Parts: sequence; structure tokens; C-alpha cells
Amino acid sequence: MKKLLMALSMAASFAVAGAAHAEEKLKVGFIYIGPPGDFGWTYQHDQGRKEMEKALGDKVETTFLESVPEGADAERSIERLARAGNKLIFTTSFGYMDATIKVAQKFPNVKFEHATGYKTADNVAVYNSRFYEGRYVQGVIAAKMSKVGVAGYIGSFPIPEVVQGINSFMLGAQSVNPNFKVKVIWANAWFDPGKEADAAKALVDQGVDIITQHTDSTAPMQVAAERKIKAFGQASDMIKFGPETQLTAIVDNWGPYYIERAKAVIDGTWKTHNVFHGMHENLVVMAPYTNMPDDVKKLAEETQAKITSGELKPFTGPVKKQDGSEWLKAGETADDKTILGMNFYVAGVDDKLPQ
Amino acid sequence: MRIELVKRPQHSALFSALSPFIALFLTLIAGAILFSLLGKNPVSALYYYFVEPLTEIWSWHELLVKAAPLILIAVGLSVCFLSNNWNIGAEGQLIMGAIAGSILPVVFPDFQGWYVLPMMLLLGMAGGMAYATIPAFLKVRFNTNEILTSLMLVYVAQLFLDWIVRGPWRNPQGFNFPETVQFNSSAILPEIWSESGRAHWGFILAIVAALLVWFMLSRTLSGFEIKVLGRSARAGRFAGFSAGRLTFFAFAISGALAGLAGIAEVSGAVGQLRTTISPGYGFTAIIVAFLGRLNPLGIVAAGLVLALSYLGGEAAQVSLGISEKSARIFQGIILFFVLASDTLIYYRIRFVTRHSDAAAKGA
Repeated sequence: MKKLLMALSMAASFAVAGAAHAEEKLKVGFIYIGPPGDFGWTYQHDQGRKEMEKALGDKVETTFLESVPEGADAERSIERLARAGNKLIFTTSFGYMDATIKVAQKFPNVKFEHATGYKTADNVAVYNSRFYEGRYVQGVIAAKMSKVGVAGYIGSFPIPEVVQGINSFMLGAQSVNPNFKVKVIWANAWFDPGKEADAAKALVDQGVDIITQHTDSTAPMQVAAERKIKAFGQASDMIKFGPETQLTAIVDNWGPYYIERAKAVIDGTWKTHNVFHGMHENLVVMAPYTNMPDDVKKLAEETQAKITSGELKPFTGPVKKQDGSEWLKAGETADDKTILGMNFYVAGVDDKLPQ
Repeated sequence: MRIELVKRPQHSALFSALSPFIALFLTLIAGAILFSLLGKNPVSALYYYFVEPLTEIWSWHELLVKAAPLILIAVGLSVCFLSNNWNIGAEGQLIMGAIAGSILPVVFPDFQGWYVLPMMLLLGMAGGMAYATIPAFLKVRFNTNEILTSLMLVYVAQLFLDWIVRGPWRNPQGFNFPETVQFNSSAILPEIWSESGRAHWGFILAIVAALLVWFMLSRTLSGFEIKVLGRSARAGRFAGFSAGRLTFFAFAISGALAGLAGIAEVSGAVGQLRTTISPGYGFTAIIVAFLGRLNPLGIVAAGLVLALSYLGGEAAQVSLGISEKSARIFQGIILFFVLASDTLIYYRIRFVTRHSDAAAKGA
């Protein structure tokens, strides 16, 4: 009898210890729109996840689901992560917004973080990045480097996030060369190396000598390298794919944010919010300035420093819309609401915005 | 030397029944090898693939959500394929059905009542049907290849959806993102048993469609006509059947069911129109149709199996950390063995050497 009691109490203590141990580890889930091997958008989120694992060690355990289509599948994938015991879930594409909100209603004890959307809830935070700040610097460089005065821009989908980038690039370029033009081709995909490469080739054939992209693969960079023109990397540092081609790249530095939010859940201080971070918060980082003369590099660095300090805001008047009407008066800056809903081009963009 | 498939004069009823089990057995072995090579325990990998998704009620619901459009479309495709009409464009018909059905909740959001949903479903069917008659017409009138025309119309439909969601139907309160308004409650296909999960009436519609088409194929003159013309157009003509009329009929049925799948998916699972509403159901359904041996009742089972392999793939990703690509490869292995086993019931493999070839010619 005594032995049995002992065995029971031991079993009980093990069970408790097991539970306590399980509680220590925060399970964090990620939903990716593409494969982590895209070397672009999803790759950078996955780097952020790894940084979090490194920084928080055995306090966290991470899982991810890759290439999850936006639509009915997203809801199931998010719910699966919630049911697998993840207490913090990052959904890293705009199209997961409504699915995230729906699953969040079912799991009030799980914290959700949705990238680049606009719907929040008590347990759903939104985080967004001012990628357009990096685009402005790219525009400045493009205007300095281009001989023909025309850059090619490969867009994914004409949503505000992408339109912001095109306009900011345009304004940065016009600050150097008021007659600069941008040609746009829409790939209608986030990750489709074939289509992205075709778009890049078409742009080169139309005579542009600099390419920038808002899609996730390295294909445009590789086309630019073949055709011996210059290009900008997107989402991650793509220098390996164009050692003599890449001028710089916008690097999405998600790691610090992911670490901060996981810590907040562990400490019990997590609160919902809707943040829109940029260079100032070190979320938008520029890859090293390469393949350009020193004076261009200096100008780029100065521009970056001004944006980081807040001295320069890319969307500052006077700015005209594409149709010639006035958007911003001299000295006026655009508010975040307008930026987040941007659905028009500024003057100088050689494309009709699909809508 | 080359390899030929030679039609067997008779096929074994025993092996017809056994073939799925042989395929399953081979899949398990190949899967075990694959997972061992990846350094995962093959037994637990197979468990997560085939069993874990069935251990919880919510994932049964998810299974039905995933299987519903596959079954609906594949049942329609079976009519096409049996009659020797190769409709590859179900994805486009799905999209057009979804758009047509969404007219009511998007353009007339104030028009509400119990009658809205049935009207939406009918509009969805009409949209898919109308879109499917284009390749049918081109085939009958101009003798075009329906594989090409129906496939190319998929891209047209995708771009049309993209345009309409981005432009005229965009939600004015949606920060310019390419989505329509959320459907009002009378335009939402209800859940079957909402306490435990989100399976909606789309699955019931799929079962009803499968039963009706099964009845038509096996018990009516139209079914007989489809099979005769499918096997031999010449024999069908002697019997007085019109191949042209049948082409329209087959495309109309499969288009209507694909359209119904589209509106059911949008109204039951997504709740609004957006630029992507289907992860390629119209193409996956082609596999489902053949997996079910073009028999509507077999297709119900095949749809559930394929849906299970998607869910299992996700479960394996989450629980074992295998990559999505490995999960897809395993799904491919399943399909390969099932279709190969089925093929070998009707065909045998013959190795043709140059010598035997010459001998055959000499004779």
C-alpha cells in the first residue's frame, strides 16, 4: 500500500513537473504565403523566426506552415496552429486578415499578429512596415545612376502597400531628376519566378536600365544581371544573385519585432496595437550600397539618415497626382490614413493604375 | 526496346476490387521509405497523415469543407470525360459561377431574405454553365480542341475576377484592398452543425449532385447515350444519338456544378469575393474524377481521400516539421500508385524489343 502511494505521488509530481515545463515554453506559430526558400518576403520572415529562437532560446518553440493559399485554406491552417498549442501566431500576408480575425474569435487566449492589414481585435495586433521609406532612397539612387532616365518597376498586386512604394520611388527620383519616369508591369503574383523574370525582360526590352521589384523572388535580379543593368533587391539582401548588379536592397528586419512580441506574451504584457514602423524603428534596413560611385553612395546615405531622423518624409508636398491635380501643397505631408489607402499614382509614373 | 500499354481483352473483377488496397499498401511502403530518408519516424509520419486529421471533430469539418468543391466539380467532370469531352476549364467555370452568384450580395446588399441564397446558387450554376458552353460551342461549330479553349478560358476568368474585385465591386470601406464587401447574413451558406466546426451545406449539395448524376448515368437513357458516344462516336451515330448535342449537355452539366462549387465556396467558406477564391480546385478535381474511376459515388470517396491528404500534409508539417514540398511529394506518391494500379487492371505492360517488332511486321 505504501509503495502504491509512493508510486502515485511520484507519478503525480512528474505530471506536475511536466505541466510546469510545458508552460515555460511559449509556442509560436507562423503562417507563410510562400516557401522560406524564396529569398525574399517569406525568407525574411523566417529569418525573423530564427532570430527569435536564437534570442529566446528554450523559452520558445516555433512552428510554421509554408505556402498557405489565401482563401478558405488560410482559416484552417491558422486554426491548426492554434489547436497545436501555439499561444502567439504570426500571419504574414495581407490576405490572411479575415481568416485571422475569425480564428481569433474562437481562441480568445491565443494572441495573433497580422502583417500589413488593418483589422485589429483584443487578441489581434497588426504590424506594418514603411517599406516606402526605402523606396525613396532607391529612387534617389536610380535617378543618379540611370542613363536613360527611366526605371522599370515590377509590381505584385496594385494594393496600397505596393502603390506607396511606386510613388515614393518616383518622388525620390524626381528630387534628383524632375523628368524621371517609371514604367510598371504587374506580375499579379507575390511569388512566381517565371512571371517575374518575363516582366523584367519586357521592361529591359522597353529600354529601362534600372529595375526594382515588389515581388518576392530573385528572378528579376538575375535577369538584370544577365542583361548587364542595375537592380534593387527586395525584402532581403539579394547581393548573392547579382554581385555586380544590386545597388542596394530593402531588407525587412522582422526579428527584433518578433522577439519583442514573444517576450511580451511571456511576461504577460502583450497588448493589441496597430503599428506602422519604418527606418526609425530599424524595421526597414538598407543593404550595403554597392556598384555605385562614391558621390551617389554619399547622397543615398544622407537621404537614409534624414528619413531615419524624421527630417525627411517621402510624401511631402508639393506633389501632383498623375492626372495633374494637386495632392499635397508645398510643405504638407500625407497622413498615415491616406498612405495606408493609397490608390493613385503621382505625376511621372508611366502606367495606368489598374482599378 | 520500348514499353507499350496493351489493352487487356478482359479485366479481372477481383483486381478491380483489390486495386485500391494494393495502391494503399504500396503507398505505405514508399511513404515509409520517403519519411525514413527525411529522418522522420515513418510510423508517426503515416499516423499524422492518415489518422490524426480524423481524431478531432473540427478537422472532420475541415475535411468536408475541402472535399465539397472537389466532389461537386469532379462529378460534373465525370459526365464530360465519360462522353469524351475534355473539359479542363472547371477552374474558370468555378470562378464565373462565384462571380455570377455574388451579384446579389455585392450589388444589391439590401436585398435580403430566405430566397436570396437559392437565387444565388441558381445564378452560380447559370454562370458556370454559360461559361462552359463557350468551349462546347467552339468544339461543335468550329471543331476546335476543347482542351485548349477550356483551359485558356480559365485565365480569362481569373483576370476577369481580378478586375471586377479590384474595380467595380471593390469594398468602398476596404482601404482600397481588392475585396468585395462581406456578404450579408442571408447570403451566407449556413454551417451544417455550427457548434463544432465550419462545414457548410456545400458538402450536402455535393452528395446530392453525386447521387443525381449517378442515377442519370446508370439508370437513364441519357446516361447510356453518354457512355455509347464516349466509347464510340460512330456507334452512337448509328443509334441516332447526336454527338454535338451531347457535347453541349456534358459541358453544361459540368459547368453548372463547377459554378455551384464556386458560389458555395465563396458564400460558405470565404464570405466575400476576393482575387483568389480557389487554390486550384478545378484542376485538382480532374484527379479526383479519375481517382473515383469516373463514377459519381467513387468520386465522393476520392474527394474525401484527397482532402484528407491535404489535411494530413499540414498535420505532418506542424507535428513533425517536414516541409510542405515533402508533404506534396507524398501526396503525389498516393495518386501515382492509385492511378497506376487502376491502369494496370485495364492494360498490361508489353516490352517491345526490335526483334519482336520485326517479327510482328513480318507476320
